[in-house]
Amino acid sequence: MNFLLSEDQLAFLSAIEDLLRDRCDALRVHKIFDIEGDAQFDAELWAGLVEMGVPAIFVPEAHGGLGLAMVDLAIVSELFGTYAAPVPWLGHALATVAIVLGGSEAQKARWLPRLASGEVLATVAFAEGKSVWFPGEWQLAGADGSLTGVKTLVPNAAEADLIVVGVAEGLALVEKGAAYRTERADSGDRTRPVDTVLFEGAIAELLADGLAARDRLSDAAAVLLAADAFGGAEHCVKMSVDYARVREQYGQPIAAFQGLRYQLVAMALATEPARGLYWYAAHSWDALPDKAAHAAAQAKAHLTDTYLQVTRDTVEAHGGIGFTWEHDTHIYMKRAMLDWVWMGSPSRHRLRAADFAGW
Amino acid sequence: MELGFGAEYDSFRQEVRDFIVAHWPPADGDLKSRANERAFVVAAIERGYMHRAIPRRFGGSEQEPDIAKAEIIREELTKARAPAGRIPGNGLVVPTLLEWGTEEQKARFIAPTLRGDIVWAQGFSEPNAGSDLAALRTRAELIGDKWIINGQKIWTTHAHKATHMFCLVRTEPDAPKHGGISYLLVDIRQPGVTVRPLIQMTRQTEFNEVFFDNAETPADMLVGERGKGWNVTRSTLKHERSGIATMTWSLSMFRDLVKLAKEVERNGEPAIRDPRIREELAAIEGELMSLTYSTYRATSHDIHGRDIGWFQTMPKLYMTELAGRIAKLARDIVEDDFTDMGGARLKWIERFMISLSMSIAGGTSNIQRNIIAERSLGLPRDRVPGAGA
Repeated sequence: MNFLLSEDQLAFLSAIEDLLRDRCDALRVHKIFDIEGDAQFDAELWAGLVEMGVPAIFVPEAHGGLGLAMVDLAIVSELFGTYAAPVPWLGHALATVAIVLGGSEAQKARWLPRLASGEVLATVAFAEGKSVWFPGEWQLAGADGSLTGVKTLVPNAAEADLIVVGVAEGLALVEKGAAYRTERADSGDRTRPVDTVLFEGAIAELLADGLAARDRLSDAAAVLLAADAFGGAEHCVKMSVDYARVREQYGQPIAAFQGLRYQLVAMALATEPARGLYWYAAHSWDALPDKAAHAAAQAKAHLTDTYLQVTRDTVEAHGGIGFTWEHDTHIYMKRAMLDWVWMGSPSRHRLRAADFAGW
Repeated sequence: MELGFGAEYDSFRQEVRDFIVAHWPPADGDLKSRANERAFVVAAIERGYMHRAIPRRFGGSEQEPDIAKAEIIREELTKARAPAGRIPGNGLVVPTLLEWGTEEQKARFIAPTLRGDIVWAQGFSEPNAGSDLAALRTRAELIGDKWIINGQKIWTTHAHKATHMFCLVRTEPDAPKHGGISYLLVDIRQPGVTVRPLIQMTRQTEFNEVFFDNAETPADMLVGERGKGWNVTRSTLKHERSGIATMTWSLSMFRDLVKLAKEVERNGEPAIRDPRIREELAAIEGELMSLTYSTYRATSHDIHGRDIGWFQTMPKLYMTELAGRIAKLARDIVEDDFTDMGGARLKWIERFMISLSMSIAGGTSNIQRNIIAERSLGLPRDRVPGAGA
């Protein structure tokens, strides 16, 4: 049985982690989080990741990429979750997946090399407000080559050169300069800014196989959010455990008090076993097509629910300092909130999982 | 990353299947016969499918360690509902004898134990020594060439079916708590031993009280050194914990739960159509999948000699909490039938209670929490010595 990461995967992760340790420490994340005005991403860090080939992970070798799989996207997402990395990863990774799955040869040849090299920054637009997230619910129409209407919670739309838009006909490409406006939302998670995009007759080109690709794409979104949630949740547990060992009250580390120890155990017990679930969801996406939608829904529901609860527990474990702006916890909690919301709530994913299970 | 064992194990799986088909069900069709079970176990040992870690000279099949093969054998035996050759107490005593027993004890006890000819009960817990096991008070005095035992054990699983007991007794009354304990083997079919079944809240009887009234065992039935019994138990407890931590039980209980939710009707529809039930069912499945695939991950790490990490200490507590959650959803589904002890849903009423036994047996849930805190999270040990391990 080989349900584990390969030496190559571990080496790649370790190289990325070295970069994050160096350039994405908590101080740096706070600095980006606290930039005045609209939320921004960390352009220097992103440039470093681009140099390492991170945006090329899922791009086939024929188009200048690394030709890796969903598992690889997911384990890297976990790492970005761990470090609360303020980079435009979610949108860019999913846009790449969209074009790999749904693009014609010409569309792939035109976009994938530039997505892999980071020359073009891309994102995806799914939500339309009122909890519309899933492909079957998309109302925006793009058949006549132009788009009019609103998409919400679009990651880094303002900075993106290319938006993959979910439309009734499938998926549409809209390039920077087309007729649309973006409004940066005042979103809690300032490490991953989101925009409202108002399309006003924007020129749009349908992806050749967008209709066939869109359900797989939304499963991919669920998997990557689950992976981010695992990384963030595990980091919060470790942060709480470390704090309990050094913080002293009544003349001893607070870790010696059974009440707190059991709380830390509950956090770890909710988090650690969930790693297997997100791995399975990513692996199913790659290798077990008839299990993939169900596993993705389960992973998204369970991991993002767990993450949000763990961030609440983290505040309790830290006491007053955990409730402050200067502490890291609120940044993780706000990432947990976005993971929870984006691509639909855990409750909706559980009901979808029940449908997929044939109940 | 892959979930199967790879093509190199396909032929091994086929061999195991062929073996099982040839030997089980038995020719006379009697699945309950002790002789049939024994014959199957003996044949499986001969083929190297059971008791793989135990040397041939002690009745085992002495195979190279291979977790994948062991897992394949387990899967195939379970699928065929064939005897697994596992009797709870026996799985605990054999590793202990291998590690600590004299050559004579090994030669005399291990082989018949593996075949099921000797059945062991574990004599550890006492009325005043539960989680704090080292507080035990049952005494043994060496008089001539015999140990004379007086005292009481409790929660003794299947003592009414057992022939022998491995037990912890206090032999050095003046030594410190952990230092005065010895590990003895006792034939419990003797006049000095009285076994009294305990009736559980489910009305079932799996556990017993065992009273020793000048019971005897020969002096050479001491395992390990006198007064060092606490160390001897360490290998036993380790085996019990990993033995209980199999996820199969949770999986089959969940499958039953889904079946129940499809059967029971409310407002003219199966309960499973109720969004509240559906959502909780899916939430439980999410936890079950977490347990399942983290177990595959742990097994893979084990096979490849990699550190499993935090998960190592977690399966038992995770399963315990999951079992409680399953039982409570079943309660919500059966509603009014939940108090009908003579009705069709008795199984679920029993499971509502039995799921609690998991939080007690083999280390209570709070002891599990201490173990996770200390061994996985690396928190300082509990201030009371021994309370975490």
